[in-house]
Amino acid sequence: MTTEAATIGLTHGGSEDTGLGHRGPESKSIVIPYGFWLFVLSDMVLFSALFATYAALVHATDGGPVTNQLFDRTLVAVETLALLLSSFVCGLAMIAAKRKSMAWTQAWLLLTGLLGAVFLFIELYEFSSLIAEGAPPQRSAFLSSFFTLVGCHGAHVTAGLLWIGTMMAQIWAKGFRQDIVRRLLCLSIFWHALDIIWVAIFTIVYLIGTLPA
Amino acid sequence: MTEDETDLIDVAPGAPHNNLVSEPIAYAIGLALALILTGVSFWVASTSTLWGPGVAAGLVVLAIAQMGVHLVFFLHITSGPDNTNNVLALAFGVLIVFLVMIGTIWIMGHMNANMAPMPEMTNLMSQRG
Repeated sequence: MTTEAATIGLTHGGSEDTGLGHRGPESKSIVIPYGFWLFVLSDMVLFSALFATYAALVHATDGGPVTNQLFDRTLVAVETLALLLSSFVCGLAMIAAKRKSMAWTQAWLLLTGLLGAVFLFIELYEFSSLIAEGAPPQRSAFLSSFFTLVGCHGAHVTAGLLWIGTMMAQIWAKGFRQDIVRRLLCLSIFWHALDIIWVAIFTIVYLIGTLPA
Repeated sequence: MTEDETDLIDVAPGAPHNNLVSEPIAYAIGLALALILTGVSFWVASTSTLWGPGVAAGLVVLAIAQMGVHLVFFLHITSGPDNTNNVLALAFGVLIVFLVMIGTIWIMGHMNANMAPMPEMTNLMSQRG
Protein backbone atom coordinates (compact mmCIF):
# COMPACT_ATOMS: atom_id res chain seq x y z
CA MET A 1 0.00 0.00 0.00
CA THR A 2 2.74 2.43 0.95
CA THR A 3 4.68 1.94 -2.28
CA GLU A 4 1.47 2.27 -4.27
CA ALA A 5 0.67 5.52 -2.50
CA ALA A 6 4.21 6.78 -3.13
CA THR A 7 3.94 6.22 -6.87
CA ILE A 8 0.81 8.32 -7.08
CA GLY A 9 2.26 11.05 -4.90
CA LEU A 10 0.17 10.57 -1.80
CA THR A 11 2.98 10.13 0.69
CA HIS A 12 5.65 12.31 2.17
CA GLY A 13 7.65 9.33 3.31
CA GLY A 14 7.38 7.19 6.43
CA SER A 15 9.22 9.62 8.70
CA GLU A 16 6.71 12.39 8.13
CA ASP A 17 3.52 10.61 9.08
CA THR A 18 1.14 13.33 10.16
CA GLY A 19 -1.89 11.11 10.64
CA LEU A 20 -3.71 13.35 8.18
CA GLY A 21 -3.99 10.87 5.36
CA HIS A 22 -0.76 11.69 3.54
CA ARG A 23 -0.05 8.02 3.14
CA GLY A 24 -3.27 7.38 1.27
CA PRO A 25 -6.06 5.13 2.48
CA GLU A 26 -5.56 2.79 5.40
CA SER A 27 -5.62 -0.97 4.95
CA LYS A 28 -8.91 -2.84 4.78
CA SER A 29 -8.40 -4.21 8.28
CA ILE A 30 -8.75 -0.62 9.53
CA VAL A 31 -11.28 0.85 7.10
CA ILE A 32 -13.87 -1.92 7.35
CA PRO A 33 -14.14 -2.01 11.17
CA TYR A 34 -14.17 1.81 11.13
CA GLY A 35 -17.10 1.79 8.73
CA PHE A 36 -18.83 -0.73 10.96
CA TRP A 37 -18.10 1.52 13.95
CA LEU A 38 -19.97 4.31 12.13
CA PHE A 39 -22.91 1.93 11.60
CA VAL A 40 -22.92 0.99 15.29
CA LEU A 41 -22.92 4.66 16.28
CA SER A 42 -25.87 5.37 13.98
CA ASP A 43 -27.61 2.37 15.54
CA MET A 44 -27.12 4.06 18.89
CA VAL A 45 -28.73 7.21 17.45
CA LEU A 46 -31.71 5.02 16.49
CA PHE A 47 -31.87 3.71 20.05
CA SER A 48 -31.68 7.26 21.41
CA ALA A 49 -34.92 8.01 19.55
CA LEU A 50 -36.54 4.95 21.17
CA PHE A 51 -35.23 6.03 24.59
CA ALA A 52 -36.63 9.52 24.03
CA THR A 53 -40.00 8.02 23.06
CA TYR A 54 -39.99 5.87 26.16
CA ALA A 55 -39.09 8.80 28.41
CA ALA A 56 -41.89 10.91 26.91
CA LEU A 57 -44.52 8.17 27.28
CA VAL A 58 -43.50 6.43 30.50
CA HIS A 59 -46.30 8.10 32.50
CA ALA A 60 -48.96 7.64 29.80
CA THR A 61 -50.30 4.46 31.37
CA ASP A 62 -54.00 5.01 30.61
CA GLY A 63 -54.95 3.67 34.03
CA GLY A 64 -53.08 0.45 33.31
CA PRO A 65 -50.07 -1.04 35.11
CA VAL A 66 -47.13 1.29 35.89
CA THR A 67 -43.42 0.54 35.91
CA ASN A 68 -43.30 -0.21 39.64
CA GLN A 69 -45.85 -3.02 39.33
CA LEU A 70 -44.32 -4.75 36.31
CA PHE A 71 -40.57 -5.16 36.52
CA ASP A 72 -38.64 -7.83 38.41
CA ARG A 73 -35.17 -6.65 39.40
CA THR A 74 -33.82 -10.14 40.06
CA LEU A 75 -34.55 -11.23 36.49
CA VAL A 76 -32.94 -8.05 35.19
CA ALA A 77 -29.83 -8.65 37.32
CA VAL A 78 -29.42 -12.14 35.83
CA GLU A 79 -29.96 -10.76 32.31
CA THR A 80 -27.38 -8.05 32.94
CA LEU A 81 -24.85 -10.55 34.26
CA ALA A 82 -25.37 -12.89 31.30
CA LEU A 83 -24.90 -10.14 28.73
CA LEU A 84 -21.88 -8.64 30.51
CA LEU A 85 -20.14 -12.02 30.75
CA SER A 86 -21.06 -12.65 27.11
CA SER A 87 -19.37 -9.38 26.12
CA PHE A 88 -16.27 -10.34 28.15
CA VAL A 89 -16.08 -13.83 26.62
CA CYS A 90 -16.49 -12.29 23.16
CA GLY A 91 -13.31 -10.31 23.90
CA LEU A 92 -11.54 -13.54 24.86
CA ALA A 93 -12.67 -15.04 21.54
CA MET A 94 -11.11 -12.08 19.73
CA ILE A 95 -7.80 -12.67 21.54
CA ALA A 96 -7.92 -16.37 20.66
CA ALA A 97 -8.64 -15.46 17.02
CA LYS A 98 -5.71 -13.07 16.98
CA ARG A 99 -3.51 -15.96 18.18
CA LYS A 100 -5.13 -18.17 15.52
CA SER A 101 -6.23 -20.76 18.06
CA MET A 102 -9.15 -22.60 16.43
CA ALA A 103 -10.28 -24.58 19.48
CA TRP A 104 -10.30 -21.61 21.87
CA THR A 105 -11.93 -19.27 19.34
CA GLN A 106 -14.76 -21.74 18.74
CA ALA A 107 -15.14 -22.45 22.46
CA TRP A 108 -15.30 -18.78 23.48
CA LEU A 109 -17.64 -17.91 20.61
CA LEU A 110 -19.91 -20.79 21.63
CA LEU A 111 -19.94 -19.53 25.22
CA THR A 112 -20.63 -15.99 23.96
CA GLY A 113 -23.63 -17.28 22.04
CA LEU A 114 -24.90 -19.41 24.93
CA LEU A 115 -24.77 -16.48 27.36
CA GLY A 116 -26.54 -14.35 24.75
CA ALA A 117 -29.18 -17.08 24.44
CA VAL A 118 -29.65 -17.08 28.23
CA PHE A 119 -30.24 -13.31 28.05
CA LEU A 120 -32.70 -13.68 25.20
CA PHE A 121 -34.56 -16.54 26.90
CA ILE A 122 -35.05 -14.48 30.08
CA GLU A 123 -36.24 -11.51 28.04
CA LEU A 124 -38.79 -13.62 26.17
CA TYR A 125 -39.93 -15.12 29.49
CA GLU A 126 -40.38 -11.59 30.86
CA PHE A 127 -42.32 -10.48 27.77
CA SER A 128 -44.64 -13.49 27.87
CA SER A 129 -45.33 -13.08 31.59
CA LEU A 130 -46.04 -9.35 31.06
CA ILE A 131 -48.53 -10.21 28.33
CA ALA A 132 -50.05 -12.94 30.50
CA GLU A 133 -50.63 -10.56 33.42
CA GLY A 134 -52.49 -8.04 31.28
CA ALA A 135 -49.66 -5.75 30.16
CA PRO A 136 -49.36 -6.35 26.40
CA PRO A 137 -47.96 -3.63 24.06
CA GLN A 138 -51.46 -2.46 23.08
CA ARG A 139 -52.48 -1.78 26.70
CA SER A 140 -51.04 1.75 26.91
CA ALA A 141 -48.60 4.13 25.22
CA PHE A 142 -46.10 3.37 27.99
CA LEU A 143 -46.20 -0.36 27.26
CA SER A 144 -46.00 0.21 23.49
CA SER A 145 -42.83 2.22 23.92
CA PHE A 146 -41.43 -0.27 26.45
CA PHE A 147 -41.90 -3.25 24.13
CA THR A 148 -40.50 -1.28 21.18
CA LEU A 149 -37.35 -0.21 23.04
CA VAL A 150 -36.53 -3.47 24.81
CA GLY A 151 -37.80 -5.58 21.91
CA CYS A 152 -35.58 -3.71 19.46
CA HIS A 153 -32.59 -4.52 21.66
CA GLY A 154 -33.74 -8.13 21.82
CA ALA A 155 -34.01 -8.23 18.02
CA HIS A 156 -30.43 -6.99 17.80
CA VAL A 157 -29.32 -9.74 20.20
CA THR A 158 -31.14 -12.30 18.06
CA ALA A 159 -29.36 -11.04 14.95
CA GLY A 160 -26.08 -11.15 16.88
CA LEU A 161 -26.68 -14.80 17.82
CA LEU A 162 -27.26 -15.71 14.18
CA TRP A 163 -24.09 -13.82 13.28
CA ILE A 164 -22.08 -15.66 15.97
CA GLY A 165 -23.22 -18.99 14.55
CA THR A 166 -22.32 -17.87 11.03
CA MET A 167 -18.86 -16.75 12.11
CA MET A 168 -18.21 -20.03 13.94
CA ALA A 169 -19.06 -21.90 10.74
CA GLN A 170 -16.97 -19.60 8.57
CA ILE A 171 -13.90 -19.81 10.81
CA TRP A 172 -14.30 -23.56 10.92
CA ALA A 173 -14.61 -23.87 7.15
CA LYS A 174 -12.22 -21.17 5.93
CA GLY A 175 -9.76 -20.68 8.79
CA PHE A 176 -8.35 -17.35 9.96
CA ARG A 177 -8.32 -15.64 6.58
CA GLN A 178 -7.98 -11.85 6.61
CA ASP A 179 -11.54 -11.24 5.43
CA ILE A 180 -13.00 -13.71 7.94
CA VAL A 181 -11.08 -12.10 10.82
CA ARG A 182 -12.37 -8.67 9.74
CA ARG A 183 -15.94 -9.98 9.91
CA LEU A 184 -15.20 -11.40 13.36
CA LEU A 185 -13.93 -8.01 14.49
CA CYS A 186 -17.13 -6.35 13.24
CA LEU A 187 -19.14 -8.95 15.16
CA SER A 188 -17.28 -8.13 18.37
CA ILE A 189 -17.93 -4.40 17.89
CA PHE A 190 -21.63 -5.17 17.39
CA TRP A 191 -21.78 -7.40 20.47
CA HIS A 192 -19.97 -4.93 22.77
CA ALA A 193 -22.26 -2.14 21.50
CA LEU A 194 -25.36 -4.20 22.42
CA ASP A 195 -24.04 -4.47 25.96
CA ILE A 196 -23.53 -0.70 26.11
CA ILE A 197 -27.14 -0.17 25.03
CA TRP A 198 -28.30 -2.68 27.63
CA VAL A 199 -26.55 -0.63 30.35
CA ALA A 200 -28.78 2.30 29.39
CA ILE A 201 -31.88 0.06 29.28
CA PHE A 202 -31.41 -1.58 32.68
CA THR A 203 -30.67 1.80 34.26
CA ILE A 204 -33.38 3.94 32.67
CA VAL A 205 -36.16 1.39 32.22
CA TYR A 206 -35.71 -1.12 35.02
CA LEU A 207 -33.79 0.52 37.89
CA ILE A 208 -35.20 4.05 37.66
CA GLY A 209 -38.59 2.54 36.80
CA THR A 210 -38.68 0.51 40.02
CA LEU A 211 -37.48 3.22 42.40
CA PRO A 212 -39.92 3.67 45.29
CA ALA A 213 -42.24 6.50 44.26
CA MET B 1 -4.10 -8.01 12.79
CA THR B 2 -1.75 -7.57 9.85
CA GLU B 3 1.96 -8.22 9.69
CA ASP B 4 2.81 -4.50 9.65
CA GLU B 5 0.72 -3.64 12.69
CA THR B 6 3.32 -1.31 14.17
CA ASP B 7 3.30 0.65 10.92
CA LEU B 8 -0.39 1.49 11.01
CA ILE B 9 -1.54 5.02 11.76
CA ASP B 10 -5.01 4.05 12.90
CA VAL B 11 -6.41 1.13 14.82
CA ALA B 12 -9.81 -0.42 14.38
CA PRO B 13 -12.30 -0.18 17.23
CA GLY B 14 -12.66 -3.48 19.08
CA ALA B 15 -9.33 -4.90 17.91
CA PRO B 16 -7.51 -6.36 20.93
CA HIS B 17 -4.38 -4.32 21.50
CA ASN B 18 -3.03 -3.09 24.77
CA ASN B 19 0.31 -1.61 25.60
CA LEU B 20 0.17 -1.44 29.39
CA VAL B 21 -1.07 -4.89 30.41
CA SER B 22 -1.65 -8.09 28.48
CA GLU B 23 -4.88 -8.39 26.51
CA PRO B 24 -6.76 -10.90 28.71
CA ILE B 25 -5.89 -8.86 31.80
CA ALA B 26 -7.24 -5.72 30.15
CA TYR B 27 -10.55 -7.48 29.43
CA ALA B 28 -10.60 -8.85 33.00
CA ILE B 29 -10.09 -5.34 34.43
CA GLY B 30 -12.96 -4.11 32.26
CA LEU B 31 -15.18 -6.94 33.44
CA ALA B 32 -14.34 -6.27 37.09
CA LEU B 33 -15.04 -2.54 36.76
CA ALA B 34 -18.31 -3.19 34.91
CA LEU B 35 -19.39 -5.70 37.57
CA ILE B 36 -18.61 -3.21 40.34
CA LEU B 37 -20.53 -0.42 38.62
CA THR B 38 -23.48 -2.72 37.92
CA GLY B 39 -23.49 -3.91 41.52
CA VAL B 40 -23.36 -0.35 42.82
CA SER B 41 -26.23 0.59 40.48
CA PHE B 42 -28.46 -2.19 41.79
CA TRP B 43 -27.48 -1.36 45.38
CA VAL B 44 -28.16 2.36 44.94
CA ALA B 45 -31.55 1.55 43.44
CA SER B 46 -32.63 -0.69 46.30
CA THR B 47 -31.13 0.99 49.37
CA SER B 48 -33.06 3.51 51.43
CA THR B 49 -30.02 5.13 53.04
CA LEU B 50 -29.53 7.60 50.17
CA TRP B 51 -31.41 10.82 49.53
CA GLY B 52 -34.36 9.65 47.42
CA PRO B 53 -34.64 12.46 44.83
CA GLY B 54 -30.95 12.16 43.95
CA VAL B 55 -30.96 8.43 43.27
CA ALA B 56 -32.13 8.64 39.64
CA ALA B 57 -29.40 11.14 38.74
CA GLY B 58 -26.83 8.98 40.50
CA LEU B 59 -27.96 5.94 38.52
CA VAL B 60 -27.56 7.84 35.24
CA VAL B 61 -24.04 8.87 36.25
CA LEU B 62 -23.18 5.25 37.11
CA ALA B 63 -24.56 4.08 33.75
CA ILE B 64 -22.49 6.65 31.85
CA ALA B 65 -19.41 5.55 33.80
CA GLN B 66 -20.08 1.92 32.91
CA MET B 67 -20.52 2.81 29.24
CA GLY B 68 -17.11 4.50 29.43
CA VAL B 69 -15.61 1.31 30.91
CA HIS B 70 -17.10 -0.73 28.07
CA LEU B 71 -15.79 1.70 25.47
CA VAL B 72 -12.27 1.73 26.86
CA PHE B 73 -11.75 -1.88 27.92
CA PHE B 74 -13.94 -3.78 25.45
CA LEU B 75 -14.01 -1.55 22.37
CA HIS B 76 -10.52 -0.12 23.03
CA ILE B 77 -11.45 3.47 22.31
CA THR B 78 -8.46 5.37 23.71
CA SER B 79 -7.11 8.90 23.60
CA GLY B 80 -4.07 7.82 21.59
CA PRO B 81 -3.25 9.39 18.23
CA ASP B 82 -4.07 6.11 16.45
CA ASN B 83 -7.64 6.44 17.73
CA THR B 84 -8.44 9.98 16.56
CA ASN B 85 -10.94 8.91 13.91
CA ASN B 86 -12.72 6.48 16.24
CA VAL B 87 -12.99 9.13 18.97
CA LEU B 88 -14.27 11.82 16.59
CA ALA B 89 -16.96 9.48 15.26
CA LEU B 90 -17.91 8.59 18.83
CA ALA B 91 -18.05 12.26 19.82
CA PHE B 92 -20.42 13.03 16.96
CA GLY B 93 -22.59 10.03 17.86
CA VAL B 94 -22.75 11.12 21.50
CA LEU B 95 -23.68 14.66 20.42
CA ILE B 96 -26.63 13.42 18.34
CA VAL B 97 -27.75 10.99 21.04
CA PHE B 98 -27.79 13.74 23.68
CA LEU B 99 -29.53 16.22 21.36
CA VAL B 100 -32.28 13.70 20.59
CA MET B 101 -32.77 12.51 24.16
CA ILE B 102 -32.43 15.73 26.15
CA GLY B 103 -34.23 17.75 23.48
CA THR B 104 -37.18 15.36 23.47
CA ILE B 105 -37.40 15.06 27.27
CA TRP B 106 -37.12 18.83 27.68
CA ILE B 107 -39.70 19.80 25.05
CA MET B 108 -42.19 17.01 25.71
CA GLY B 109 -41.99 17.66 29.45
CA HIS B 110 -42.82 21.34 28.95
CA MET B 111 -45.64 20.59 26.51
CA ASN B 112 -47.10 18.17 29.00
CA ALA B 113 -46.85 20.74 31.82
CA ASN B 114 -48.29 23.60 29.73
CA MET B 115 -51.23 21.65 28.40
CA ALA B 116 -54.41 23.34 29.69
CA PRO B 117 -56.86 20.85 31.21
CA MET B 118 -59.70 21.37 28.73
CA PRO B 119 -62.82 19.23 29.20
CA GLU B 120 -62.16 17.08 26.15
CA MET B 121 -58.59 16.61 27.32
CA THR B 122 -59.42 15.12 30.71
CA ASN B 123 -59.20 11.63 29.31
CA LEU B 124 -55.65 12.29 28.06
CA MET B 125 -54.62 14.12 31.20
CA SER B 126 -55.72 11.27 33.43
CA GLN B 127 -53.10 9.14 31.72
CA ARG B 128 -50.32 10.96 33.51
CA GLY B 129 -50.38 8.34 36.28
